[in-house]
Amino acid sequence: MSILVDKNTRVLFQGITGSAGSFHAKQCMAYGTQVVAGVTPGKGGEKFESSVPIFDTVASAVRDTGANASCIFVPPPFAADSILEAIDAGVELIIAITEGIPVTDMIKVRRVLDSQTRSRLVGPNCPGVITPGECKIGIMPGHIHTPGGPIGVVSRSGTLTYEAVGQLTALGIGQSSCVGIGGDPVNGTDFVDVLKMFNADGKTEGVIMIGEIGGGAEEAGAAYIKEHFKKPVVGFIAGTTAPPGKRMGHAGAIISGGKGTASAKIAAMKDAGIHMAATPSEMGSTMAALLKKS
Amino acid sequence: MNIHEYQGKQIFQKYGVPTLAGIPAFTVDEAEAAAAKLIADSGSEVVVVKAQIHAGGRGKGGGVKVVKGAAAAREAAAKILGMQLVTHQTGPEGKKVQRLFVEAGAAIAKEYYLALVLDRDTRRVAVMASTEGGMDIEEVAAHSPEKILREWIDPAVGFAGYQGRKLAFGLGLTGGAVGEFTKLASALYDLYMKEDCTLLEVNPLVLTKDNHVLALDAKINFDENAEFRHKNWADLRDLSEEEPTETVAKEANLSYVQLDGNIGCLVNGAGLAMSTMDIIKHYGGEPANFLDVGGGATKEAVTKAFTIILTSSEVKGIFVNIFGGIMKCDTIAAGVIAATKELGLKVPLVVRLEGTNVELGRKMLDESGLAITSATTMADGAQKIVALVQQSKG
Repeated sequence: MSILVDKNTRVLFQGITGSAGSFHAKQCMAYGTQVVAGVTPGKGGEKFESSVPIFDTVASAVRDTGANASCIFVPPPFAADSILEAIDAGVELIIAITEGIPVTDMIKVRRVLDSQTRSRLVGPNCPGVITPGECKIGIMPGHIHTPGGPIGVVSRSGTLTYEAVGQLTALGIGQSSCVGIGGDPVNGTDFVDVLKMFNADGKTEGVIMIGEIGGGAEEAGAAYIKEHFKKPVVGFIAGTTAPPGKRMGHAGAIISGGKGTASAKIAAMKDAGIHMAATPSEMGSTMAALLKKS
Repeated sequence: MNIHEYQGKQIFQKYGVPTLAGIPAFTVDEAEAAAAKLIADSGSEVVVVKAQIHAGGRGKGGGVKVVKGAAAAREAAAKILGMQLVTHQTGPEGKKVQRLFVEAGAAIAKEYYLALVLDRDTRRVAVMASTEGGMDIEEVAAHSPEKILREWIDPAVGFAGYQGRKLAFGLGLTGGAVGEFTKLASALYDLYMKEDCTLLEVNPLVLTKDNHVLALDAKINFDENAEFRHKNWADLRDLSEEEPTETVAKEANLSYVQLDGNIGCLVNGAGLAMSTMDIIKHYGGEPANFLDVGGGATKEAVTKAFTIILTSSEVKGIFVNIFGGIMKCDTIAAGVIAATKELGLKVPLVVRLEGTNVELGRKMLDESGLAITSATTMADGAQKIVALVQQSKG
């Protein structure tokens, strides 16, 4: 088992003919992901890589191919509209890779997401979701993952996810699924949503949870873990040394008004029984030690 | 992105948010002329000369003077213009005042606080109002949070009349001021959404002695992600208020924040860049910067990034930490080699490469003849650069 995606997931790419979209669609196909459609308005009827049909709208792509997941590579000015189009077409899993979507756009998208139950958004500004060996939707390097393993990874940061996965693989520990929830202040799926899925997933035996400064999503995740989560969790928070008021790359990674500090997050996570890695180099080894104990 | 008070008030007026009459001034002569015009228009001798810098607390720092008459305004302008204004938000070195705003006086009965900000927990814009106007709102929030009233705005509905009334009556406003407040707050919400703000703060919002509500200050922060649909932001930007290196980095599409330490960092990905700073500190070093070259950086961008680090006189050592996903390790290697060829490498350099095309990247660095210490993990790299920098000091 796994969460969110598996070998049966049928994926369409919004923005499949753009440079980033086409590059990563090919990478995902090479990994074995079932890419069944592409959407680029005005290019309907053409073929991507002479095999994947391209449609003008998401609705027609879903109707003709039965796609149930979408990966969005549309540039920031049009990305929110693309998410809304995917929700309208009833796509169950929408993964928005695009970085740099205006916050006011995401406030409106979030309002629409909250008014329905069929579609789930992951991201934006995230590396995507992978179930190693079955389905990769996003920009993560597939080769660092190990299929069929017991550890789930959930993270706000792309490269720190790779760091955790790389360490697990080096220690011979595989991953069940890895989910990047993205670094923006208003996003779709959050730590709590992913933790609930990992809790219910029979294959997942432990979770690495990677957060960063800004907002309160890590604290909410920790509160859920304290109350409900049954499996061992290793945690890490980036930004212990970040000065307040400075945006650290991600739009959401900012300490403002004394809120969102690393120390508050680390305290909440420790209080929830999460095993905090002292440095980002120790996420894998901390998990390995826990697995040995249990 | 921040803008000045006078620019904020020009935008306020566009949205029908009432402010006092005011004129920006860049010289002492302009300030005197502005004061004379305001006095002639209003019939009152009282004007306020305000320093325009991107920081709050200007009044306490001596950057705001209430004076009578144009000659006194000239005198005040001469004092403020060019001064190094220190406030609790500028840091001890302060900021040089290069612009002024000359504003008409007002008969103030009471000061309030009003702000609009994204509430990340509810994913909505929150309108916050308080009777503690003119105060540091973070202190109010810490000591008497019950004095801050809050309303969350449904983006599908917009700012509703009842929300304005709840806040206005909560603040103790009466009569016509209730309707004026509601209209003002509603206009600010429109402004927030249409102009893509991340923060909109009026501190203080004032009630005049004849029971009118108006914005005495205007602080606006814009969401830089929305720059593509606001061509006017280029004119509003005041580069003298920004860290020069950060401006150069921004032009090269690099995410860069200058810090106080001496170990330069070049990393891909914001989370990895932050935790690279953290791990340097963990092993006893001090990072000189946050630098995320991004996922799809070109050789030119990497060269630019490395140049920025190399040209900082504070930097006594450099740590390159890359986990290549989309970013290929050979691109990083090519950029590092190009920049050091041009500028020379006078400080220790530790490189940790992992991920896509790692073998090729390592080979290029090995064959470059540069004095590079290679590292296998982040922890290994951080320990090595901290040790090398400490050695070079001793």
